Formats: sequence, structure tokens, C-alpha cells
Amino acid sequence: MIGLQFTFWDILRNLLSGAEWTIGLSLTAFLLGGSSGLLILFARISKNRLLQGFSRGYIEIFQGTPLLMQLFIVFFGLSLAGIDVSPWFAAAIGLTLFTSAYLAEIWRGCVESVPKGQWEASASLALNYFEQMRHVILPQAFRVAIPPTVGFSVQVVKGTSVASIIGFAELTKTGSMLANATFQPFMVFGLVALGYFLLCYPLSLYAKSLERKFHVTR
Amino acid sequence: MSLVKISGLQKCFGDNHVLKGINLDITEGEVVAIIGRSGSGKSTLLRTINGLESIDSGELDVDGTALHDGKGDLRALRLKVGMVFQQFNLFPHLSAGQNVMLAPSVVKGVGRSEAEATAREMLAKVGLAEKFDAFPEQLSGGQQQRVAIARALAMHPKVLLCDEITSALDPELVNEVLAVVRQLAAEGMTLVMVTHEMRFAREVGDKLVFMHHGRVHESGDPKTVFANPSTPELANFISSVM
Repeated sequence: MIGLQFTFWDILRNLLSGAEWTIGLSLTAFLLGGSSGLLILFARISKNRLLQGFSRGYIEIFQGTPLLMQLFIVFFGLSLAGIDVSPWFAAAIGLTLFTSAYLAEIWRGCVESVPKGQWEASASLALNYFEQMRHVILPQAFRVAIPPTVGFSVQVVKGTSVASIIGFAELTKTGSMLANATFQPFMVFGLVALGYFLLCYPLSLYAKSLERKFHVTR
Repeated sequence: MSLVKISGLQKCFGDNHVLKGINLDITEGEVVAIIGRSGSGKSTLLRTINGLESIDSGELDVDGTALHDGKGDLRALRLKVGMVFQQFNLFPHLSAGQNVMLAPSVVKGVGRSEAEATAREMLAKVGLAEKFDAFPEQLSGGQQQRVAIARALAMHPKVLLCDEITSALDPELVNEVLAVVRQLAAEGMTLVMVTHEMRFAREVGDKLVFMHHGRVHESGDPKTVFANPSTPELANFISSVM
């Protein structure tokens, strides 16, 4: 047995710094994924068949394969192509792609939930497609989209744990290193789980309250 | 000189030949009531006049803006043709005033204060001056429909299309909307309306158009046509609805 001693506070401090990376990765994936998801959304709802087909394929691929495989392919695929990527970079790219596909699909549903009459009324007022989108459709879709989008952010936070497998030292990876070093896996992973819960539960609560709020006003 | 000129207009939905060569002239200031059974093509005809339904072949000309076989400048057409819908279709995220201001600001680039002045004027015209800041969900169906009329009028259209605008209203709210239409007619607005309000069509209309199986089956002065329908189909229709 190695004589390295970890106090509870050592464990907690290490987990907290791991959690910071989890938060960083979640935010990166969510912000980049959100903005690229918006582009995918516009492609998905455009009238251009090529854009439609591309975005549909993109969404299907990322929804139809495990996140872990996506990370492996980004991580090992890029190194195979001669591009040396850090686990952080690969994880951020992989999760961004994953997030963009899901958000685009969630948001498509929201845009399509805006009644046809809104398109017709705005068209008959001579608004063009972009004006209709900007002033009539997206503001309404946006309200509908907030609760499921916040809800999906929970999936992103939990999804970051997969990045531990390619060696990125976020909360889960830090936890497994600590578990190996301290021989106290139950306590360590219990704390890791608690960490995720503390990140996710407020988001779920927030999503629920938003859902209630927007349900009442519609 | 006709303001709206429709000739040889055809429209299919797949195998369903909905409009089989429509010819219709509407002069400025005329109030045209289109009646007919459901499925006769009356709503489709109305919706082709502002390009909400595409045209397969034929000519449509509104005040010099033409669609030839369905091709032409839709935006220019829609600047001349306003429309009011059965389901109101107000923008629920905007107040009544903002609903009316939106298109003039966005499409015509009218400045804020001018757009607001126009919106207040149009809302006053439909008797809703005090509802400028109300949201659609706070308004009754009749009020919503009147805001929708104000919204269309704010673009100063040459023609106003009304697609069964009282059909979704509770009976006691129908008259407040019809009163607004009656006033518009009196002011010389060119109106084309698909309607089930036969009495209103007879009183206010200058021309009655009876659609049957995708054709203009009979048309003429409403009072004459209602009193003496010259085709058995119209006679049948009138007796079934009145």
C-alpha cells in the first residue's frame, strides 16, 4: 500500500477543481452547440433541399450514435488525420456537435409549433421570410423553446462525464483517480454523484418553473 | 376601369381541380361577396388574390401588379392587398398596437412615431383606441378581429380580403365586426369577402359571386340575384342557408 494519505478535504478540493472543468466543458458545449445548433436549425427549416438533407443527416447521425463513440471518433479520428488534439479540445468539439444536433431538433419542434396562421398573417402583410422569422415566428418559438432547452442543458452536464474516458480530468475522471488513490470508491463516487446532482437539480427546477410560467401565459 | 382583374385562373391541389378558370373583375370601391358551399373553391379563390395560394395558370392583376401563371412580385402584390382571417391570427407576443405597427415599420420602414400614430388612428377607426396596449389574449374574439382589420388597414391596401371573418365568433360578437366592415364599405374601401352572412352580403354587397364546383356559377347585383337566382344550384343554395 502506498503511504499517500488523503484527507476528506483533499478529496473534496480535488473534486471541486474537477467540477470546475465539468462546468467549463458544459458551458463551452452549450454555448458553441447552441450557436451552431441555430445554424443547423435554419438549414433544417429552410426550403433548400440540399440544406435540409444535410441538416437532417447531421441530426440523425448525432442522435443515432452514442456520445461516447462520437468522442472516440473525434479524439482518435483527428489524431489519425495527423492533428494532435488534447482531450479537452476533443471533448469540447464532440460535445458541441452532440449538443448542436439535439438543440437544432428541439428548436425545430418549437418553430413548427407556431401555428400556420401566423405565417399566413405575416405573409399577407408583405413580410418576407426573414422578417417573418425575425419578428413573428422566432419570438414565439423562443418562448416555447426555453423550458426544453434548459432541460436539455442537464443532459449536457451529465454528458460531460463521458469525456473522462478520453482522459479529460473533469469531475468523473478526477473521481476515478481519487478512488484509485484512496481506495474509497464508494465515498468518492458518492461525492461525484452529489456534485452532478448539485449542478443539475437547480437546472431541472428552473426548467420546471419556466415551463409553468410559459404555460400560464400562453 | 377594374382594380382587380382575374382571368382564366386555374388551381389544382394534386388531382383536385379547385379553380377551373375563374374570370372576375372588381372595380374600385366595390364590395364583392363570394358565397358557395364548402369545397366550392371560394376561399381558395380569395387566397390566390394575395398569393397565399399559388396559381397554376391564368392572370391576376391588382392595380397594375400582375401575376402571370402564378409568377410575379408577390411582395408588391401583398402591399396592395390586405387580408383578414377567420381565426384572426393576431401575433400573440405583441400588443394590439404593436400588431398594427409591425408591418408598416418592418416592410415600409415607417418611423416609430409615425407608425404609432397610424396604429392609434386605425385602432380608433375600429373602435378600440383604448386597447392599444392590450395583448390579444386579453381581448374578446370580436375585439381581436377588429384589431386584425386595423392591422390590415395600417398598410393602406387597395383591396381588403375577408375570409369568413365572423365564422369563428360567438353570435353576439358578430355584429361589432360587421359594423366595422359596413363602415369601411361606406368609406369606399374595395372589399372582397367570403361570407356566410347572407343578409349582410345582400345589404352591403355591390356584387354577389356564387361559386360552384370551382367556377363562378352566377354573379350579379345581390338583391336581384337573391330574389331571382337564374340557376337551380344557386336557388338550392339560397334556400338551404336562408
